[in-house]
Amino acid sequence: MRPLVLLGLGAATALSVVLSLAIGAQWLHPGGVWQAVIDPDPTAQATAIVRELRLPRTVLGLLIGLALGAAGALMQGHTRNPLADPGLLGISAGASFAVVIGIQLGAGGLTGYIWFAFAGALAASVAVFGIAAGRRGGPTPVTLALAGMAISALLGSFTQSILLADQASLNVFRFWIVGSLSGRDAEVAAQVAPFIAAGLLLALANAPALNALGLGEDVARALGQRVFAARAVGVAAIVLLAGAATAACGPIGFLGLMVPHIARSLVGPDHRWLIPASALAGATLLLLADVLGRIVVSPGELQTGIVLAAAGAPFFIYLVRSRRGVVKL
Amino acid sequence: MTPVLSPPDRRAVHAGRFSGTVSLRSMLVGAAGLVLTVIVTVLGIGHGSFTIAPGEVLDTLLGGGTAAQRLIVLDLRLPRILTALLVGAALAVSGALTQTFARNPLASPDVLGVTHGASLGAVAVIVLGGGAAAGLVPIAALAGALITAALVYVLAWRRGVDGFRLVLVGIGVGEVVTAGVSWFLVRAEVVDATRATIWLNGSVAGAEWDQVRPLALGLAVLLPLAVATTFTLQALQFDDDVAQSLGVRLQTARLAVVLTAVALAAAAVAAAGPIEFVAFVVPQVALRLCGGSRPPLVVSAILGALLVIVADLAARLALPERELPVGLVTAMVGAPYLLWLLIRTNRRVSA
Repeated sequence: MRPLVLLGLGAATALSVVLSLAIGAQWLHPGGVWQAVIDPDPTAQATAIVRELRLPRTVLGLLIGLALGAAGALMQGHTRNPLADPGLLGISAGASFAVVIGIQLGAGGLTGYIWFAFAGALAASVAVFGIAAGRRGGPTPVTLALAGMAISALLGSFTQSILLADQASLNVFRFWIVGSLSGRDAEVAAQVAPFIAAGLLLALANAPALNALGLGEDVARALGQRVFAARAVGVAAIVLLAGAATAACGPIGFLGLMVPHIARSLVGPDHRWLIPASALAGATLLLLADVLGRIVVSPGELQTGIVLAAAGAPFFIYLVRSRRGVVKL
Repeated sequence: MTPVLSPPDRRAVHAGRFSGTVSLRSMLVGAAGLVLTVIVTVLGIGHGSFTIAPGEVLDTLLGGGTAAQRLIVLDLRLPRILTALLVGAALAVSGALTQTFARNPLASPDVLGVTHGASLGAVAVIVLGGGAAAGLVPIAALAGALITAALVYVLAWRRGVDGFRLVLVGIGVGEVVTAGVSWFLVRAEVVDATRATIWLNGSVAGAEWDQVRPLALGLAVLLPLAVATTFTLQALQFDDDVAQSLGVRLQTARLAVVLTAVALAAAAVAAAGPIEFVAFVVPQVALRLCGGSRPPLVVSAILGALLVIVADLAARLALPERELPVGLVTAMVGAPYLLWLLIRTNRRVSA
């Protein structure tokens, strides 16, 4: 059953990739899209649209969706909290703070902020992990969640203080914070791809340990798990995945919260299945939300983060209310 | 939250038909918090462009003082200070209620949709109405909060409301509403966006008696109600089955707790904007100071009032010429304290 579900999710992801390439201000025939990717005819208009505009954006959406889905599953597993999202480690707040600093220092354009955001995410999550971990034994789910929440709030208040004093920065920042795939070129996807690939590998490697940790730290230890090492690997994976995603697209936090619940209702709580399922579902939903954002206010577009919340959340609520309901952690 | 065995410092008290236990540690923490709150309140009233000595502040509050002092203290500064105290207490108690029945330390009134709904109401009025509609903002916030909370409750209803489902539905609804706020902020003129951002950070500046009276009246009813739910809360922190076998009518009890939490948070948000961090941090700090298995309500109320009033004073002392919204300073003051408590607890456990 579970391999079939995973296969189905893979097919859904592939379908949403095709939709993302075909649909936009100008609708293209899937055959034309296929040809533009495989055997480009340099004179055709479809080739230019697909290769120059839609392919980079779709690849980026795919990467970010995979990253946020997997990071969300890890985060909820490590904090054992259904309210955890990938930003809880301080990643979104750290990235936002660093981006505002970057705007103040005059870093240029959305691509210029990537390294600021990544550095900020890294610094904040190291601080959270360090504070939550204490001297030995590693962090517990509660200390991890509380420390993350506190650091996020602290950094958030600094960010807001700077923005209140500087209207010009607010004007730039409010477009970054909303979370969007638009305006990012192929270079952005290339920059974050290695981090996301490494993060996905770490996440999959962390899955068996995370299953053991779900039984409680003492049981995990008795089963031979190195608790501290397992937590550290998990947090490293979350930072790589969510940090890269936030750096590339701004904080799209809700995706990472919602997707693991959807995936859990499909494949159950075993992280060896949950993490890949969550990654694929994340990519599918993000790409579909992006496509929807292009259709709804065509020829303009609605920011992906907004569409994701406006369309994804009702679906999420429906799922929570449905007969099967969500599987508890 | 992790149930902690309460230390054996509880004393039994009896009053007629009612009896219960009182923790000495909670009493000490509460008393210390109360003393600090009074001190900071007097200092806060005294501080300003026209400084008044603490003795004179007390004298004026008790009916003495010159005419000028009475005007400054009673008409100008007291409403602001009272708003800060009341809002802090309301948010902290609302947070303690939410965290207990959701059995989740990350839960705060925003998972019930209150803060997000209030934000949407207020931002919509600010962006659509411009400067002319400023007076409508608190009403829009209150309406937004209550409508959203009701929506969350109705959507979470399926043969009764389950804490887990309520919280997840609340998050989903909150996201939709927040998307609405973002959408308004992106399409707004930058001037309106700035005004909306200021509101969204929460502020007690410019509070007047007209705002304090309804808030005080509301809290006078709601805070005792919250304390009255204590016995239910003690049962609700366990599994649903355990609570039921302890004789709690789950749905009625949960509705009462949710209603109280929502009403408290909505009143606070309408008066001062979303000072979100208070509701999250104060119950956790109070829990760590008092011990026990769930955030204590009365101590949370005292510490919540203390946090907001300290933050308000700190904001005025740090940057006298351009006031920081108090919602930002509560995070700057409260977050390091919670972090310090976490680090200290870690050390003690590992020592």
